[in-house]
Amino acid sequence: MSDVSVDANTSAPGPKGPQNNTRRRFLTVATSVVGGVGIAGAAVPFIASWNPSAKAKAAGADVEVDISAIEPGQLIRVMWRSKPVWIVRRTPQILESLSQHEDKLKDPGSEAQQQPGFAQNQYRSLKEEYLILVGICTHLGCSPQYLKGGAFEEVVQGVPDGFFCPCHGSKFDMAGRVFQSVPAPLNLVVPPYQFVDDVTVIIGSEAQEA
Amino acid sequence: MNAFLSWIEARIPMMRVANMHAIQYPAPRNMNFWYVFGFLATIVLVNQIITGIWLTMNFVPTSEGAFASVEYIMREIDFGWIIRYMHSTGASAFFIVVYMHMFRGMIYGSYQKPRELLWVFGMFIYLALMAEAFMGYVLPWGQMSYWGAQVIVSLFSAIPVIGPDLVIWIQGDYVISGATLNRFFALHVIALPLVIVILVFLHIIALHEVGSNNPDGVAIKHQKGSLPESEKTPYKIHEYYTDKYDIADDVVPFFPHIVLKDLVAFCVFLFAFCYILFFAPEMGGKFLEHPNFEIANQLKTPEHIFPVWYFTPFYAILKAVPDKLFGVLAMFGAIAALFAMPWIDRGTVKSWRYRCGLHKVNLLLFAVVFIFLGYLGGTPQEAWKIIASQVCTVLYFGFFAALFLYSRNENTKPVPERIPR
Repeated sequence: MSDVSVDANTSAPGPKGPQNNTRRRFLTVATSVVGGVGIAGAAVPFIASWNPSAKAKAAGADVEVDISAIEPGQLIRVMWRSKPVWIVRRTPQILESLSQHEDKLKDPGSEAQQQPGFAQNQYRSLKEEYLILVGICTHLGCSPQYLKGGAFEEVVQGVPDGFFCPCHGSKFDMAGRVFQSVPAPLNLVVPPYQFVDDVTVIIGSEAQEA
Repeated sequence: MNAFLSWIEARIPMMRVANMHAIQYPAPRNMNFWYVFGFLATIVLVNQIITGIWLTMNFVPTSEGAFASVEYIMREIDFGWIIRYMHSTGASAFFIVVYMHMFRGMIYGSYQKPRELLWVFGMFIYLALMAEAFMGYVLPWGQMSYWGAQVIVSLFSAIPVIGPDLVIWIQGDYVISGATLNRFFALHVIALPLVIVILVFLHIIALHEVGSNNPDGVAIKHQKGSLPESEKTPYKIHEYYTDKYDIADDVVPFFPHIVLKDLVAFCVFLFAFCYILFFAPEMGGKFLEHPNFEIANQLKTPEHIFPVWYFTPFYAILKAVPDKLFGVLAMFGAIAALFAMPWIDRGTVKSWRYRCGLHKVNLLLFAVVFIFLGYLGGTPQEAWKIIASQVCTVLYFGFFAALFLYSRNENTKPVPERIPR
């Protein structure tokens, strides 16, 4: 070890002669950096393996739904990523009533990002007639009930149709907008979806901007 | 920061342990490349534990689900294949480094007084490791898993009187079945790893109590007061050692000197490990045998059946003996003989550098015989191989017999007082 060159950076001699501290520091840092990169790289598989597997991703793929048979006022449920998704065919009366109780809503303009951009409107939908929502209450995850044809009047005076959560009494209108003075903080979630044609909707992805 | 560290130190002796067992631990300055395998074994153990935990997250320990869940890990989990191959390659790597580590102990006499218990703890680790590897190999529930388990568990049926009932008890069924798989899973992921980690801890504590041996087999600890100041090590060595002994100028502190050397070895090891991991994870059917890519079938034994390479030397001994009970006894005897090394060797000179020529020949022959037995046990049966296995079995035990005989009055060379410069 005594043949280590002695230069201006050489400091006090170690037990076996002079030592070059600058060179030592460089080697220590270089080794630590390379080692750190190695550890970070080795961590990638372990972290990435916690992502949904190919099987889970396939199970969470887009769902294609035929909506031709839905009667006016009817709600159908489909499963998307193991969650209930509602598709409601709203009647003209229902669409008309949406503007009549906006003073009772927490977020009538859908300011909170609970929907894709295309649904940030009064109807919270792509086509006015069809309401598509993730049927899970934004409070604690129960699935609300659909009360129609005046049944919702018992819950909110003057509003004939809506959704009522049996768990903690949260209330939503026929656009999935939450009423005031209920535990749920936000409007119901609108999933991404697109219409392939007039009677077929794909839930899970939006149409690409042309 | 210093205040925080001393707050910790006053409550738990972190720095004291670090100083005693690493930073100020006296390591002989002549430790060579043979001394890296203990460190590598620890690294591989950590690899097995971490990848094992990750595999457990998706493995299904039932006879219906095990095989499919392994395929699921390989194909559907992000990076699942790399985690599984790290685990399967790690199993073989574990035995490679452990065999090197053991042979190091043999050539330098690291099992001799006062390191007998250190050696015995090591042998228990080896034994636990074999059980761990065997049970792990059963888990994917392929053809080789099933029939390998069948053969190994049947070994116990050779025990007189209780044998057959013992086999049923181990299996938890009249055949190897889901019940067997389930209990092997529990032992493989919890019981045996715990045992191995505890044994490794004891192994290291025992090592640090008696001190590391070295290629010259020269003691680095001398009786208190026997060395003049000028011959004592200039390095800072922990009081635990210097209070009891005079430490000669033959040592370096374990950290950083030995740790850095071990890290270089680790890098070289990683090259080899990663090459196998990425380009030859099955190692031509040696690390992962081809019949294991077929699901276990209780009605059809694979054409050629042999254990994974690290068991094949003992398997060859088993096959060499034309009697069931004595074959099993010979196989276990081959491991028991290793346990008894500290008492079979009656010599007092440790390193083969200072022992008789016969000892060197004996050790090298033992290594060759062990490897050749591995070849014989891991390739299809042929008539000449039975004879060869029998010859090698005799040579295997002959090593211990010869050692016992010549070590009593051995013609050794003078061992230097201090590590030669």
